[in-house]
Amino acid sequence: MVAVTSFGPGVYGRLDAQARRAGAVTRRNVAALRSAYWLVLISGFFEPLLYLFSIGIGVGSLIDKLPLSDGRLVDYPVFVAPAMLASSAMAGALSESTFNFFGKMKFMRLYDGVLATPVRPMEVAFGELLWAMARGSLYSAAFLVIMVLMGLTSAGWALLAFPAALLVGFSFGALGMGLSTYMRSWQDFDIMGTVQFALFLFSATFAPLRTYPVAARAVIEVTPLYHAVELVRGITAGALHPVLLLHAAYLVAMTLAGLYVAGRRMGRLLLK
Amino acid sequence: MALTVLETNLTAYRRTWRGSVLSSFVLPILFVLGFGVGVGRFVDLGGKLGPVHYLDYIVPGMLASTIMQVAFGEAAWPIMSKFQWIRVYHGWVAAPLRIVDIVGGELLFTLVRILSTAAVFLGVTTAFGAVHSWWAPAVIPVTGLLGMAVAAPLLAFAGKVEQDGYFPLLMRFVVIPMSLFAEVFFPIAKLAEPLRWLAYVSPLWHAVVLCRACTLPGFGVTAWAAVGHLAYLAVWAGAGFWLALLTYRKRLVS
Repeated sequence: MVAVTSFGPGVYGRLDAQARRAGAVTRRNVAALRSAYWLVLISGFFEPLLYLFSIGIGVGSLIDKLPLSDGRLVDYPVFVAPAMLASSAMAGALSESTFNFFGKMKFMRLYDGVLATPVRPMEVAFGELLWAMARGSLYSAAFLVIMVLMGLTSAGWALLAFPAALLVGFSFGALGMGLSTYMRSWQDFDIMGTVQFALFLFSATFAPLRTYPVAARAVIEVTPLYHAVELVRGITAGALHPVLLLHAAYLVAMTLAGLYVAGRRMGRLLLK
Repeated sequence: MALTVLETNLTAYRRTWRGSVLSSFVLPILFVLGFGVGVGRFVDLGGKLGPVHYLDYIVPGMLASTIMQVAFGEAAWPIMSKFQWIRVYHGWVAAPLRIVDIVGGELLFTLVRILSTAAVFLGVTTAFGAVHSWWAPAVIPVTGLLGMAVAAPLLAFAGKVEQDGYFPLLMRFVVIPMSLFAEVFFPIAKLAEPLRWLAYVSPLWHAVVLCRACTLPGFGVTAWAAVGHLAYLAVWAGAGFWLALLTYRKRLVS
């Protein structure tokens, strides 16, 4: 008992201080917002919606029904909407955690100043990730509301899908930050953009996995967006299955690995 | 003299062409094949598009939409950069170049980018068996005209605005909606009436209809309709060119 009481406050105090310092990094981003940002913020919400209307409803009107992974047949918008949600969560998290993060690190030299304060690299990584997620979670929530209004999922499943979408954002945000620490110049982002676009196209987003050639299927099954799409789709379509836990575990592992790499590499790059 | 400006741009492009290969050639073709084959299987199963394969249906649309994006990329940031960031225009007007040479040279360079992109796109999709008419080569001048209809007004816009934050907004609210709703992916007969009018106004829709008429026999248009579509694109290009001249003159000669 004595050990616990003498041990407890110290650990909690430390965690609390770490959380406060990470929170300070997030608050800096809020304070640095400019008025034009709001327009960009709002515009980011329209993109997945336009895709949903065009591909889901427009192209969907040419398609009869599609099989889910559990074999149930659904209308095309029901199939495509969760994939749009997952890929927009990915795109939002990646744009904040790669492009903006890299700019702050390499060009604005922002973290040189931050690290002169008691804030540690891992706390910077965590604070930036929280910020990336604040924006992504707004988009996800709004998109889920629209899915419910359009009858593409039920309110109950949407509530459950929201934390799943957050996890998707978290995992890609962490991955993006980890990758950014290896980027040499803006040109490297072209390569990343291409990979991201290929993921968007082929991660069972627009057509079920079983329609791909066997060799392609094996590759797709190791890539992250596939797990994100399957997780979100399983929930919004109401097809709960133990495999969803595996998809979630993949994303959790990616979050931890990304954060770990980002924290370590930033320490090496910036604390010389 | 516009050729001198073209030559300058081409010399610079020799250093930067690698980056554009991905965005102008590889990504659009990846999209056509990924989407056209993956989703196309289900569209073809439904048979709601008639006897035509979905892949063949979207190829001409994607070609026009790619050209629009290439024109946008060439006429937005690079032009603003020449006015504001690297400021080469101020040197160019000091040389014996008229404003019309500068604007013409910029458009000529965009035209080179567009025609080469269209030719590669057409070659690859023909190799995949998605092109079914001897009229197909006619898509190249059509996309050239579309490119001018997009790039010329943008030159004026890029010369007018003060910060590049407008471009992502233009991309999100104009370019992307156009590529999603201008009959690239599905017939606009499926759209509600007011939305359909937005498609009619956009230059992209007219180019998509023409390109599809060139590659797919079942989607031909009458000669008068073709003239109408071409004339509409020409109006955009002509008006844009005139606006660009005005903007450049105001900005550089004073």
